[in-house]
Amino acid sequence: MGKYLLQRVFYMVLTLFLIASLTFFLMKVIPGTPFASQNKLSPAQMEIMKAKYGLDQPVPVQYAKYMGNLLKGDFGTSFQFSNRAVGDLMFQRLGPSAQLGFQAMVLGSVLGIFLGVIAALRQNSWIDYGSTFIAVVGKSIPSFVFAGLLQYYIGVKLGWLPVLFWKGFEYTIMPTIALALFPLAIAARFMRTEMIDVLNSDYITLAKAKGASFFDIAFKHALRNALIPVVTVLGPVFVSLMTGSLVIEKIFAIPGLGEQFVTSITLNDYPVIMGTTILYSAMFVLIILIVDILYGVIDPRIRLSGGKK
Amino acid sequence: MGQHEKNIPKERFSPAVIDSSKGEEINKPSLSFWQDAWLRVRKNKAAIASLIIVGLVILMAFIGPLISGKDHQTQKVAHNNLPPRVQGLENISWLPFDGVKVNKAGKEINVYEQRNVDEYYWFGTDALGRDLFTRVWKGTQISLYIAFLAAFIDMVIGVAYGAISGYFGGRIDNIMQRITEVLIGIPFLVVVILMILLLKPGIISLTIALTITGWVGMSRVVRAQVLKLKEQEYVLASRTLGNSHFKIMIKHLLPNLVGVIIINTMFTIPNAIFSEAFLSFIGLGLQDPLASLGTLIDEGFKVLRLHPYQMIIPAVVISTIMVTFNMLADGLRDALDPKMRD
Repeated sequence: MGKYLLQRVFYMVLTLFLIASLTFFLMKVIPGTPFASQNKLSPAQMEIMKAKYGLDQPVPVQYAKYMGNLLKGDFGTSFQFSNRAVGDLMFQRLGPSAQLGFQAMVLGSVLGIFLGVIAALRQNSWIDYGSTFIAVVGKSIPSFVFAGLLQYYIGVKLGWLPVLFWKGFEYTIMPTIALALFPLAIAARFMRTEMIDVLNSDYITLAKAKGASFFDIAFKHALRNALIPVVTVLGPVFVSLMTGSLVIEKIFAIPGLGEQFVTSITLNDYPVIMGTTILYSAMFVLIILIVDILYGVIDPRIRLSGGKK
Repeated sequence: MGQHEKNIPKERFSPAVIDSSKGEEINKPSLSFWQDAWLRVRKNKAAIASLIIVGLVILMAFIGPLISGKDHQTQKVAHNNLPPRVQGLENISWLPFDGVKVNKAGKEINVYEQRNVDEYYWFGTDALGRDLFTRVWKGTQISLYIAFLAAFIDMVIGVAYGAISGYFGGRIDNIMQRITEVLIGIPFLVVVILMILLLKPGIISLTIALTITGWVGMSRVVRAQVLKLKEQEYVLASRTLGNSHFKIMIKHLLPNLVGVIIINTMFTIPNAIFSEAFLSFIGLGLQDPLASLGTLIDEGFKVLRLHPYQMIIPAVVISTIMVTFNMLADGLRDALDPKMRD
């Protein structure tokens, strides 16, 4: 276990190092300067600007400097947002993104698991078909299409909920629903198959034979075992929520990390692009690691070293 | 039951002929892998319906731009932002094809009559007066083209990588797997966005960006299969007979991998369509006058409140494609995946 963890952490660091280097050199290769959008600068002013941000030095020096600063947790300064530190810019926006992601994850997985269980208990009934339909549609419809239509019909036409911004709980409802659709669909699908699998196993027959009530069988015996694989699928789903939130935040004008990322792309704000990329990747790798460890913790039948996977 | 048995007269019973040679006879025709798979797919109504719809959408993607009689680039500013109007359907008031638009005061007005337009725009027009029917199907064509090309490249790289890694094993496998382990740690859309920033949006650059790490999933599935297959006796036999590694891989392993390859590719296609649309939506998609479903949705979203049909129509098309491809892929997985067999 210890050796496995060490190995995994090593690969994590390697991946992050690679991503940081890749983004750094990509930003150097991309044509155009970040100052092009500002008022026309004379060549002399351009030199001063470049010197100010250290862009006049040779690329290897800049690279070493950037990586060194990164180790200290310094992501550099933004070119566009009035010279603010990229780290500050990002962490200040982490809150809304985290809240949105958390709410969507809870709503989606709870509702999805519930739907899946009901579908499995009432196989081939209209509830089953309904939940399968929701699962297929939820998995297929692009989140930004769903979010756009939700915003138009619920927000604009019916006027039930605020359309834009992030000022209170009612502002979080629509983006949460839009983002929760995908985890809901995945959870419902998986839960249904797992639950059916478990319901057909011997120990459930035994429970029935000894006269346990329907409720006891479904929730005490079956659900517990059926949940294990579902929990492990939800990890990668959580990762996909991070990228999903990019567009959701743009649509609902939420001051989150995703919105920052999209804006920095349109503004050519290289330090911010690099910073958000690295932060996203770090969260991504971390979640994958946590999920892999969870496999072993939740289900003792799966051992981390060797064997399955 | 017992009573019925008594009523059958004895004469109707005769001793069975026991012929040992007939016991070996095979009554049903033997089914090939594909016939068997087709039988399974055919039982799945959702998959068949999806197959038909996918076929129709692909057909429309090619003939749609031709039958409208209009060009997808021609701008006619006098005809801008016209709502959809279809011959015949315009008289059915509850269908949204009557050329009527609700203005800001909440009154319904027929824009076509107001502006004296005789032409019919089946899906309406955009802000520059371009025919949306032509643009939607042209966009579908480009979206599908990018998706199929990306899925194909993913398939070629993934299968080659996975097969080599799994077949040779040992040190080669170890190194190749460490590389994929690093690649899989990179968030897909983030790396795609970075590639687009570098390459500038275009059909080929979008495709390349989508395939940059997209093949990793395929390579893992193929490797797992090859690891299992290469221990089989027929591979050993082939090797004993002196066949080269390359021939064994192509002749003996590849045919057995076709199932997983098809399933994986079928799931790659909707993902690629989604990713392309996603990129367009955050402003990194194709540039005008080229259109894809993603750019059409992006343009439509900006004017959603004024002209909702401009977003809803491409949104319906992309959702249909995604739903049907996913259902078809599910059906194919049930039919082809050996693990799913009872």
